[in-house]
Amino acid sequence: MKRNQVIPAIVTLAFILFPLVVRSPYYQHLVILALMWVVIGGSWNLLAGYTGQVSFGHAVFFGTGAYTAGIFASKLGISAWWGMLFGGFTGALVGLLIGWICFRLRGPYFALATIAAGEIFRLIATNWESLTDGMVGILIIQTFRSKLPYYYLALALAAASLLVFEVVMKSKLGFYFVSIREDQDAAESLGINATLYKNISLLISSFFTGMAGAFYMNYMAFIDPEVVFSLHYISIMAILVGIIGGVATIWGPAVGAFIMIGVQETFRSALFGLAPKWTSESHVLVFGLLVIFVILFMANGVVGDWPKIKRLFVRSR
Amino acid sequence: MSFFEAKEISKRFGGLMAVGGVSFQVERGEIFGLIGPNGSGKTTIFNLINQYFPLTGGDIFFKDKSIKDLKTYKICHLGIGRTFQVVKPLKRMTVLENVVASAFCRVNTFKEAQKLALEMLDFCNLLSDKDKSAASLPIAGRKRLEITRALATKPELLLLDETAAGLNPGELDEAIELIQRIRDRGVTIIIVEHIMKVIMTISDRIHAINYGQTIAEGTPEEVANDKEVIKAYLGEESYA
Repeated sequence: MKRNQVIPAIVTLAFILFPLVVRSPYYQHLVILALMWVVIGGSWNLLAGYTGQVSFGHAVFFGTGAYTAGIFASKLGISAWWGMLFGGFTGALVGLLIGWICFRLRGPYFALATIAAGEIFRLIATNWESLTDGMVGILIIQTFRSKLPYYYLALALAAASLLVFEVVMKSKLGFYFVSIREDQDAAESLGINATLYKNISLLISSFFTGMAGAFYMNYMAFIDPEVVFSLHYISIMAILVGIIGGVATIWGPAVGAFIMIGVQETFRSALFGLAPKWTSESHVLVFGLLVIFVILFMANGVVGDWPKIKRLFVRSR
Repeated sequence: MSFFEAKEISKRFGGLMAVGGVSFQVERGEIFGLIGPNGSGKTTIFNLINQYFPLTGGDIFFKDKSIKDLKTYKICHLGIGRTFQVVKPLKRMTVLENVVASAFCRVNTFKEAQKLALEMLDFCNLLSDKDKSAASLPIAGRKRLEITRALATKPELLLLDETAAGLNPGELDEAIELIQRIRDRGVTIIIVEHIMKVIMTISDRIHAINYGQTIAEGTPEEVANDKEVIKAYLGEESYA
């Protein structure tokens, strides 16, 4: 019991002190992004890992949140920070719309529909120029020049999302989500309204993803449809974060986010400038190899298979 | 009116009339057996009762209220629990978690759900297996888990679908004893069963069907001696 509390306390303290110790904006930037991905990966995991409804379209909620904040600032003249709150709600609203239509069906239809939804939203954002400025994108002025406020905001958002997921998974909702994943027929016969609880799971998931999107708008100060509604940079990345970290574990996506940002950055920067420039294009390839490796050898992800990994190292010593 | 009534229920799958106008009534506190050869429509009747399939015709009443247009989960909330012939454990959960999930049908906090779940596990003699994963249970344990899970939803009427199939003689006696204890709690039971030892021992009344049609109804002795029933089970010429 005591040990259980010591490690999280140390980790929390390390995260709080990190930007005060490491002053390099570059590393601060990477950790901010990783913290944002903790939120998105955790949200994806709640829906796909725990409830069994695999989404290939979390970019929809991310982009909706980002555009909510962006449009608030560029069209309505309201601070994009308000978008942090409303981004969650618009993300959740879009989530409800998709769930309301797709969750009456069983099987892979939801997954397929989310791919379509992602493309639809990207095209809307590209073509509705009077609202979104299309491919030009939305540029706002960053509120803070220092990275510190963004860092702590991202940290708070990540901590809040983890806390919510933890509480949810220990409650009635969590048990219902997992029951639906394991056997929808059995769940229904046990009095579980599967459609309703799938929608609730999607609602929580899309809310946090929308908030992360709005945070991205505030932090990066620039968005365009190709970035925030991207199938490969957002939707697939959300899945990778979940799978590599560990599906259906609370801490899995958190660990996965740091691994993925680390791998992405290592290859994007061409091994920190040591390798020829063209290798920077290879990070997608590396993602693919990483997924194959994880599925073959650690099907439960780094966190899910942690005992296995630990054993491997203890034995080889 | 009776506690539970199926009125002229029928179900058609394309050109096949799986159940063709079966009627029966069940009184409160009864153990009501449903028998018939393979493919005679017993499980289909269960699937019709808890609205896993919609009815083609007829109506079903539970405590004088028609339940034919309700959703499956709603029927559980009304107080009709069921087990599945092909057991459906929530595999990647422990035995306890399986039962806790179903206990949430009646209570809202984890603490209450766990209390109810432990009580039910104890009642069904599964308490020692509570931390095992549901996937690791042998078939007898899985059947028992099905019953425990259904009981945790606090049903007034319990539908047991071949809970004794695949059990060895020792396990069979335990199953019979468990079913009788469930009845003693005041739960009305409709049971589908192939094993005659079970159904003849515990049923108050038996309803026999063949090809989706009623062929006999009465006490176990009456049904066991019914010509139609013997014909359905043993064939045309061999009745004793």
